[in-house]
Amino acid sequence: MLEIKDLVVSYGPINALKGISLTVKEREIVTLIGSNGAGKSTTLSAITGTVRAQSGSIAFLGEDITNMAPHRIVAKGVGISPEGREVFPALTVEENLRLGAYTRTDKGGIQSSYDRVYELFPRLKERMRQTAGTLSGGEQQMLAIGRALMSEPRLLLLDEPSMGLAPNLVVMIFDLIESINKQGTTILLIEQNANMALSVAHRAYVLETGTIAIEGRAEALANDPRVIAAYLGGKGAAERDA
Amino acid sequence: MQTLLGALINGLALGMAYALIAVGYSMVFGVLRLINFSHGSVYAFGAYMVYFFVSLKVGLFPSILIAILLSGLLALGIDKVALEPLRKKKSIPIATLITTIGMSFIITNTLSIDYIFGSEKHGFPSLNLFGSLMIGNITIQSSQVIMLIVAVILMLALTFIVQRTKVGLAMRAIEQNSKAASLMGINVNFVISFTFFIGGACAAIAGALIAGYYGIISPGMGSTIGLKAFAAAVVGGIGVLHGAVVGGLVVGVAECLAAQYLGSNVRDPMAFVILILILIIRPTGFFGKKGITKV
Repeated sequence: MLEIKDLVVSYGPINALKGISLTVKEREIVTLIGSNGAGKSTTLSAITGTVRAQSGSIAFLGEDITNMAPHRIVAKGVGISPEGREVFPALTVEENLRLGAYTRTDKGGIQSSYDRVYELFPRLKERMRQTAGTLSGGEQQMLAIGRALMSEPRLLLLDEPSMGLAPNLVVMIFDLIESINKQGTTILLIEQNANMALSVAHRAYVLETGTIAIEGRAEALANDPRVIAAYLGGKGAAERDA
Repeated sequence: MQTLLGALINGLALGMAYALIAVGYSMVFGVLRLINFSHGSVYAFGAYMVYFFVSLKVGLFPSILIAILLSGLLALGIDKVALEPLRKKKSIPIATLITTIGMSFIITNTLSIDYIFGSEKHGFPSLNLFGSLMIGNITIQSSQVIMLIVAVILMLALTFIVQRTKVGLAMRAIEQNSKAASLMGINVNFVISFTFFIGGACAAIAGALIAGYYGIISPGMGSTIGLKAFAAAVVGGIGVLHGAVVGGLVVGVAECLAAQYLGSNVRDPMAFVILILILIIRPTGFFGKKGITKV
């Protein structure tokens, strides 16, 4: 579904991505883990067209989308819940969700997407007339994911959905990620919480300073000593985080 | 008492026309955090286009419609030709600002070229279409009533567009976070173009209304009024539609009262006296939001 080949992105003289290749297949959850500054968010920004790729290619559903304008990429079926949520604070919850469905014109379909999002996140339904700025961090995260779902994306990009959330909320968000995937949405998940990410993902890539260091099935990576040492904080920490 | 009432009516009518210009500053500021100083020249261009097509015997109302369209396109064109390239290069805000001032001079001086319209004043068809109404000693001209009604209707229409339509929702989203807006599938450049077009169209309508009231146009007509409308937008709270209306009305009424009681020389500075007073008391203007900065 998504195929990235030899992608290079630089910010001035700094190469944030030094030629990475990765694929996401239909109905998969693929996670991209790695420490701060490894290039995870840059990868998502390149997919959505908000940063320029110097070289390499990104194909979505077989079509080259490298350096296409973000709104055109979104219209092709890529939904994103960006890092830091980026909800529109002065707009209501309902307006935020409406913006998620901006590329759609089918009124009936949009209504059923509202229903689906409100079913996944009943809290958002209670607060639909409130402005997004008044929501708690966890609610804003739900809104960011719900908003991305409003476009009924073929591919959902999630950037750090657990960031800043209380542990019980993290578990809830990851349960939701699994159920969204079971409903048929392909997901590319970026996470610092490698432990949680590997527990829901089918396959995983480990990004280290702009290159893919390790890749494979998620269970295999969860048991890989290099991954445990570097990202799961040893076995004890992994259990504590879980 | 009657002179007071006359000045008030005059001020309200002019104030609503100022509001129509002020929304152009306000809406563009909303989506771009930019003060578009070329806006006054678009206002002048609008009035000149009405004058031009009327002189071709196109008829007053068709001429106004053509002028609205052309002025909207001019405003949109200014953005496409001069401002969008600067945004793409991520140039510093001051570069964009000086560019809008430059565009203002280019347009104003193009109008005043001898082979085009010349620098002299021209008579403009009166919009006093239904004569005047005398109540006691007060004369209410129908051009004032038309100005008031048209401006009120347009402001309501603009409010509807911004608050109730999809493109209005996109404008409000861009105002808060243009990158996130693009990730919603919003074509940000299209919405910016739309905003410039609407602003330019409103300026042309204001140009026709005000020129039709005074009966005269000159190439520099947009400079003072443009600055006054900008002051009105800031007084009301820039980026806020109803702020532009209140700011326009305050400036319009204040300058008509000043002209009535303090002499006509005091008229033009009034907008700025109010601007300074308001900004000292309330730096964000009447309805302005705190902490608006471009992120």
